Amino acid sequence: MGIYTFAFDSVEAPEHDRLGGKCTSLAIMTSAGAPVPPGFAVTTDAFDAVMNQTTLRDHIVTILADLDMDDIAEVDRRASRIRELILTQTVPVAVREETLVAYDSLMELCGGEVPVAVRSSATAEDLPDASFAGQQDTYLWILGRQNVLEKIRECWASLYTSRAIIYRMANNISDEGLSMAVAVQKMVNSRTSGVAMTIDPGNGDRSKIVVDSSWGLGELVVSGEVTPDNFLIDKVMMHVVRRIISDKHEELVPTGHGTVARRDVEPDRRNSPSLSDEELIAVAKLAKSAEKHYGCVQDVEWAIDADLPAGQNVLLLQSRPETVWSQKKQEVKITSNGSGIEAITKSLMAQIGDRK
Amino acid sequence: MTANAPRKSFPSPYDLPAPKGAEGWQELYPYNLVFRDNLKEKENEKFWFCDSQHWPNVFKPFETVGVEFAVRCLGAYNTRHYLIPPANGIEFRIHNGFCYMSPVAVAPELIGARVPHFMERAGYYFQNWDTLLVNWKKKVLATIEEMDAINFEELPEMVDLEVITSGAGIDPTAKMMADYDRLIQLAYKNWEHHFEFLNLGYVAYLDFFGFCKESFPGIPDLAIAKMVMGVDSVLFRPDDELKNLAELAAKSGLADIFAAENSAAGVLGALASSAKGVEWIAAWEKAQEPWFNYTSGNGFYGSDVYWCDNLDLPMGYIQDYIVRAVKGESLHRPKDALIIERDRIAGEYAEILEGEALETFNGKLGLARTVYPYVEDHNFYIEHWTMGVFWRKVRQLSRLLQGYGFWKNPDDMLFLTRDEVRPVLFDLATGWGVGADYIGPSYWPEEIERRRKIYEALATARPEPAFNKPPAEINEPFTIMLWGITTEQVAQWLGDDDEGSTGLKGMAASPGVVEGIARVITGPEQLDQLQQGEILVAPVTSPSWGPVFGKITATVTDIGGMMSHAAIVCREYGLPAVTGTGSASTKIKTGMRLRVDGSNGTVEILG
Repeated sequence: MGIYTFAFDSVEAPEHDRLGGKCTSLAIMTSAGAPVPPGFAVTTDAFDAVMNQTTLRDHIVTILADLDMDDIAEVDRRASRIRELILTQTVPVAVREETLVAYDSLMELCGGEVPVAVRSSATAEDLPDASFAGQQDTYLWILGRQNVLEKIRECWASLYTSRAIIYRMANNISDEGLSMAVAVQKMVNSRTSGVAMTIDPGNGDRSKIVVDSSWGLGELVVSGEVTPDNFLIDKVMMHVVRRIISDKHEELVPTGHGTVARRDVEPDRRNSPSLSDEELIAVAKLAKSAEKHYGCVQDVEWAIDADLPAGQNVLLLQSRPETVWSQKKQEVKITSNGSGIEAITKSLMAQIGDRK
Repeated sequence: MTANAPRKSFPSPYDLPAPKGAEGWQELYPYNLVFRDNLKEKENEKFWFCDSQHWPNVFKPFETVGVEFAVRCLGAYNTRHYLIPPANGIEFRIHNGFCYMSPVAVAPELIGARVPHFMERAGYYFQNWDTLLVNWKKKVLATIEEMDAINFEELPEMVDLEVITSGAGIDPTAKMMADYDRLIQLAYKNWEHHFEFLNLGYVAYLDFFGFCKESFPGIPDLAIAKMVMGVDSVLFRPDDELKNLAELAAKSGLADIFAAENSAAGVLGALASSAKGVEWIAAWEKAQEPWFNYTSGNGFYGSDVYWCDNLDLPMGYIQDYIVRAVKGESLHRPKDALIIERDRIAGEYAEILEGEALETFNGKLGLARTVYPYVEDHNFYIEHWTMGVFWRKVRQLSRLLQGYGFWKNPDDMLFLTRDEVRPVLFDLATGWGVGADYIGPSYWPEEIERRRKIYEALATARPEPAFNKPPAEINEPFTIMLWGITTEQVAQWLGDDDEGSTGLKGMAASPGVVEGIARVITGPEQLDQLQQGEILVAPVTSPSWGPVFGKITATVTDIGGMMSHAAIVCREYGLPAVTGTGSASTKIKTGMRLRVDGSNGTVEILG
């Protein structure tokens, strides 16, 4: 393969500057044996080729010159003009062909044409203290070569939404050298999906894993539109400490025509656990191994693939460092520090306080 | 079923009638062990829970000796030896033949003054743990030896000539009465020693336990138990000895001989004709002392059978093990795996901590691991060995007196309290001395029959789990850890079982999930019904059921906490266990299909 694409299961070492945060993480997880759906990255070289070989980059600089970010109407006007340019600009043949080769071999790997997810993978995204997450777009259930190429362009264009432009200006992030990679990944046929965090965000307890889980695709969990089931698991023992089954009224499911649809969850499934105990523990183990691999607290997106057999159906979608608690110190009240008779006495005395 | 509002209180013992035919049962037991009418008001203010973990069956009058010695001595160590600041002992009573307990708290204003004494006294034991423990073992073994030397023998026609020639001037009845008193006193002595280290072992464990609960909120109790547990307790040694013997038999090509015989005598007879067989017999005899001083009961009942008194029992287990050894199965507990798992768990929790917290964790864990083996080991020395010898001597005396016509059946002495035996001995001494009839044979057989009927009537009813109003919260740590009695458990007892439910909740005592067929066992004599692969369901188990744990796939009990015998033995054997379910042995029937989740403490009846 050339420089414009990078398969997640490539034997080469992934470079963050070329793959962006999301794709780098997916490539690392794949090589570490994590159950990541197969896919490839369209590298920043591809974006740069489009921008530079066509003088588009210079053009954009001109368009954005002297922009007043408080003038929302003007920002919108210039942003949509830039996006229009990116979407209509002829893509260099080498970029286009290499992307299609990568796409075709992915489809071959999946045993035929299956839907893919096309997501942006910005080089500045996912850093622990400059969370760009959600600033770029994600396109799900994309079927067919032309559609995929189109969505890759839309990802590129999403670097120039009004929000993104204002965000960069407000945070003094230069547009110079701004680039983006795009992830193209086999769409997981999520029966259930959610997030897992290798810490208890309630108190910073690092011996726990918290799992949020709901029916269908994960977007409604991430966006907070559905109250997910919530589980607290002891990380060492893989024992479920707390289990809250919620009323999950809606789910996002594939329509089979390359789109997804929201629908009401039928009554008997609404209040049923969206994960079996075995699946829950598999999700927790997945999160634990991600944490072990990266050496820090992780925030993991996962899904249960309806097409895969039990035992192999838990898939890792994304893993990134947890950014809130890992910066804080856990506040624990310890009744009796130290050991020996003094500590034992302190412990015993503390029980008196508990007595009603 | 009508939906009853949950009860707020258990019945008063004063309002619970005796089962039909058991009226007047109170007179079977010492006066101070029953709820007395003139103390009604006081007794009703206390919350009592049934200890069916140690005393699952109705007491025969003599058998109250166990609870009296054990629980008195437990209390004395808290109250008088170490002055454990917040906790005195545990009051105990007998009601309708079952045992009830009520922990005694120290009045808040008295606690402070106990602290320096506690630190000095308990501190001394913690600091000198190992040397004191060596001494403990010596004391306990000396007591057992002295007890073992006691023999109750028939009185001679005339005193030995030596009594005359030496001018001793004393006949054997004096010795018989003194020996009886001594037997009782020696048992009492070892029960004192039983608690010398035990309570301290628990407080050190609880200190570590409390720290873990604070540092890792919601940490499963099981994780803490696993970090501390020993893997080489002498409690498991008897079973290990049987496994070694089974392997030796298989290796020596003797399996067919074992398969062909169905008694210990038969096997030993058949083995004696070959060199390999003689070698095996030597190994078998070597293993017996002391490891066959082991009961499949729990040491608290006169009917408990000890291996050394019934060799068919260990031989039966060996025969089962040989069948598996020949098939190439590994018989031994996964000791190495248990150690690796223990260290993994402790290591992963430690990794989360740093600085002072990490030091505290390591310090407390270290102390807990030093003291904890005693919590497991003592059981062999007291419940098994001491009590094995004790009951053997009691039965010997009972048989002797049966021979003199005092009662009909060999073990009928158990229907007398221990203090009623003394006058019997004097009756015997008198008749023998006077050269006239003993009076007992005209009194006791009828009286024992009357008592037996009451006893049998008591045994027809299961005990009420508790009496009177429970405290809003159960936070007495010993109660929770040893008996598995929690606020939730009490609430479940009170919440009138809903009959529609197919699940039971208990303590997650040993991890793992297993599905299988239930076998309900209510006493050790039924253990031979267990089939390979079944799930053992029992009111309570004893660690000495060891050999059956190789057969079963999970255990469910009515009573018991994280540190109950069933929990310890299941963790040791790597089997899932749910303890303290309250009603598993009555709700579950043999043959039902169960799903036992020992990680979450649930049992589901699948059909």
